[in-house]
Amino acid sequence: MRNVKSFVADNIVTLIFLTITIIAIPFSGLSGSYIISNLIDRFARSSFLVFALILPIMAGMGINFAMVLGATAGQIGLIFAVDHNIMGTEGLILATLVGIPLSVGLGWFSGQVLNRARGREMVTGFILGYFMDGIYQFFGLYIMGWLIPIRTAQVMQIDGGGVRNTLALESVRGGLDKIVSLKVGPFSIPVVTFAVIAVLCLFIIWFRRTKLGQDMRAIGQEQGISHAAGINVDRTRILAIVISTVLACIGQIIYLQNLGNMFTYTSQRQAGYYAAAAILVGGATVSKASIKNVFIGVFLVHALYITTPLAGKALFKSAMVGQYMSDFINYGIIASALVLHAWKNKRAADLARAGLRMSAEAQAAAGGVA
Amino acid sequence: MSTGTRLLSLRGISKEFYGNVVLEDISFDLDRGQIIGLVGENGAGKTTLMRILFGMPVIAETGGFNGTIELDGQPVAFKTPFDALDAGIGMVHQEFSLIPGFSTTENIALNRESLKTNFACDIFGKRMSVLDRVTMRERAVKAIHTLGVKLDPDMLVSEMPVGHKQFTEIAREIDRKNVKLLVLDEPTAVLTETEAEVLLSSMRALAAQGISIIFISHRLHEITKVADKIVVLRDGKIVKDVPVAGVSVQDIAAWMVGRDVKTKAAHLSVCKDSVYLNVEHLWVDMPGETVRDVSFQVMEGEIFGIGGLAGQGKLGIANGVMGLFPAGGQVTVGGQDVILNNPHAALNSDIAFVSEDRRGVGLLLDESLEWNIAFTAMQAKRQHLIPVLGGLFSVRDEKSMKALALEYIESLEIRCTGPRQRAKELSGGNQQKICLAKAFALKPKLLFVSEPTRGIDVGAKAIVLETLRAYNRDYGMTIVMISSELEELRSICHRVAIVDEGKIAGILPPTADVAQFGLLMSGLGAGKNGDAA
Ligand SMILES: Nc1ncnc2c1ncn2[C@@H]1O[C@H](COP(=O)(O)OP(=O)(O)OP(=O)(O)O)[C@@H](O)[C@H]1O
Ligand SMILES: [Mg+2]
Repeated sequence: MRNVKSFVADNIVTLIFLTITIIAIPFSGLSGSYIISNLIDRFARSSFLVFALILPIMAGMGINFAMVLGATAGQIGLIFAVDHNIMGTEGLILATLVGIPLSVGLGWFSGQVLNRARGREMVTGFILGYFMDGIYQFFGLYIMGWLIPIRTAQVMQIDGGGVRNTLALESVRGGLDKIVSLKVGPFSIPVVTFAVIAVLCLFIIWFRRTKLGQDMRAIGQEQGISHAAGINVDRTRILAIVISTVLACIGQIIYLQNLGNMFTYTSQRQAGYYAAAAILVGGATVSKASIKNVFIGVFLVHALYITTPLAGKALFKSAMVGQYMSDFINYGIIASALVLHAWKNKRAADLARAGLRMSAEAQAAAGGVA
Repeated sequence: MSTGTRLLSLRGISKEFYGNVVLEDISFDLDRGQIIGLVGENGAGKTTLMRILFGMPVIAETGGFNGTIELDGQPVAFKTPFDALDAGIGMVHQEFSLIPGFSTTENIALNRESLKTNFACDIFGKRMSVLDRVTMRERAVKAIHTLGVKLDPDMLVSEMPVGHKQFTEIAREIDRKNVKLLVLDEPTAVLTETEAEVLLSSMRALAAQGISIIFISHRLHEITKVADKIVVLRDGKIVKDVPVAGVSVQDIAAWMVGRDVKTKAAHLSVCKDSVYLNVEHLWVDMPGETVRDVSFQVMEGEIFGIGGLAGQGKLGIANGVMGLFPAGGQVTVGGQDVILNNPHAALNSDIAFVSEDRRGVGLLLDESLEWNIAFTAMQAKRQHLIPVLGGLFSVRDEKSMKALALEYIESLEIRCTGPRQRAKELSGGNQQKICLAKAFALKPKLLFVSEPTRGIDVGAKAIVLETLRAYNRDYGMTIVMISSELEELRSICHRVAIVDEGKIAGILPPTADVAQFGLLMSGLGAGKNGDAA
């Protein structure tokens, strides 16, 4: 009984959202195979993005909301590929080649900023995302089309100034997913995309065992002591952010090639919210995250995305409610997961205390008074 | 054992902090495999000398030093501790520097992990190599074996008792390939007597392998037991540099202080018949010092001692009553209930507390000495304040603060440049004295003192104990004194309680046989339910 209780408490975030999903499934009226095929598709699409958050958490920097900068770099890469009319897999490779150096630079920059904002990394990363939005819009709307000519009409705004708000990515769509696509019954499986995700998992497992991984764990716990032991704390933190930003860049390219279109000026921000929500729902905390958390989180969040808008519509008899559901899920999850995390920490302390109280009170009842 | 070859020579080392000379013309030699016992009063300059040797940045920041250091016959001048480490000098600092979530092995090998290189290293550098955990563990086991202690190489530091942490730190130093010299600055202050014994024999084992050691301690019997020669500092000068053979603890104490140290006979006050402090079924959730179920009574005007081994909960009692850690149970002082879990409530009800943790809650290190002494009195009692505009608000009474500070600087012999010196510039032992002065300044009816003489030299120890006794006698102050040193408790307390596994194992008069105390500490004594004597 006690074990069950502490299991519930330890996994409270995950369990709450699991319960919501299970309740929402029948109300949504969706068939099992529809949900499953959707989940496969979405898993391939978006789990890479979530992996980008693991290393900064390990290095004690919390959830790297500044991963938005990496996602932006990926989008810039895609704009180039589409604009130069390079199609399919080659287009994605070009996008990645443009995106990676950009994201290394941006990651180095946000690492520098976050090093100056010790203890407030998450809020600072959040603001950095907004700051980047400004620069990105300036680049997309003014530099593009002015200093850098736009070659393709579909990329340009109707009135001729800068990159369109909604960009069709038809030319590179499925550039990764469709290389090899396996049909299993009613489901189609993007084999290469899954292979890429598998390689990333192996990379993370291997990375944890490297010297750099060990140093990240060390600085994640005690910066002062690590510094005294000769570990270059600042540099290690910057590296964690750089790797995270590069992964976010690749992740966003994988995400968008599956979707086939992009909201040029907002997609990157959604990627950030989504990844944070997913890893938290998967049971990660701001100080501890694993590959398992990513997998559980991605599945649960998407199950929520698929079912709750329809369930909301059916329950509240309003399409509007369904519309707002997925935004609500993102913000709601991040907020509630952070609150529940605080609650969980407090509970762990209370639990240890309760043991003491009980034994002292039992003594009192037995009359062993001095 | 000394092999006769010289390892280290200090020649004419001098150091001053802004005109305050703390070391003057220090010269001594250290042979390979030799253990030097470095002793001296609080503020004599021991820690400063070691900081110079180790290249600590504070030394350069405060104007550097004069003199030369020779290691293996070569003059050296370390700019940073890393240079010193590279040259084969290891230093174990007073405060722990271990990563709590890492195992013993991971900490011993911290930033010196054994690595297996792979292709990624060629592109991205050495940090991409994978840890060779098998070799790391072998290294840890070897270092632990060299020390001759029992440590689990896979245990997490956060789950270790404090003694094991100390050994892990030392194991980390001797794991270095070329370690020639170990500097241990008061390593035994946090250890129990048994653990200290083990450490002393480890030191002998290391010396036998040719490692030289500089050992600083205020427990003089440890010095006579383990050192080959003794260097005594007084006021920044060397007053003795002699082989240890034939030297007694009394000799050392006299050299340190420059006069004979008399151990005064106890003049115990007579305590009243009324109960002043009543504790019933107290539990305290203090990590590493859990109190499970403690009940006892202290008479008005009594000095009540609480002893016991480290980690058994004796420290938790005072911290719990003072509201610093979550606690429960019934505590009454002078017939009034003390609201637990609220530090203000405790202070307002005329209780003061000297914490064993002088770094954590004891001092405002960046503030002046007078401010530190008067601060609590100002906060809790509104003393040393001058009302302005009919008491609408008040300003600090600088004059009375200064007078107060001067009073304690004199009575506790605090070594400083004046009441305006910042607390962090004082030596460890003198910081401890400030903590005591701070509590005395409150003139509380009930005083909890936790480890009042930890890190304090022999001469000052007598002063501190005498001051406690005087306050008890002259102001009728009731005192609860918590200490790991049984002798100290027996010398000034009316009664001594021994805590074992979070409970009171028994309460004895100070005249009881040492063996009886020993039985209680080892958990073999009778009367475990806490209603003895
Ligand atoms: N950073 C500093 N600035 C100014 N004075 C300092 C500083 N550090 C130490 N001192 C002074 O140097 C003197 C020697 O201090 P040191 O810490 O070496 O004493 P110690 O022998 O280690 O004493 P203890 O036994 O109390 O640890 C003291 O008077 C102290 O006030
Ligand atoms: Mg010292």
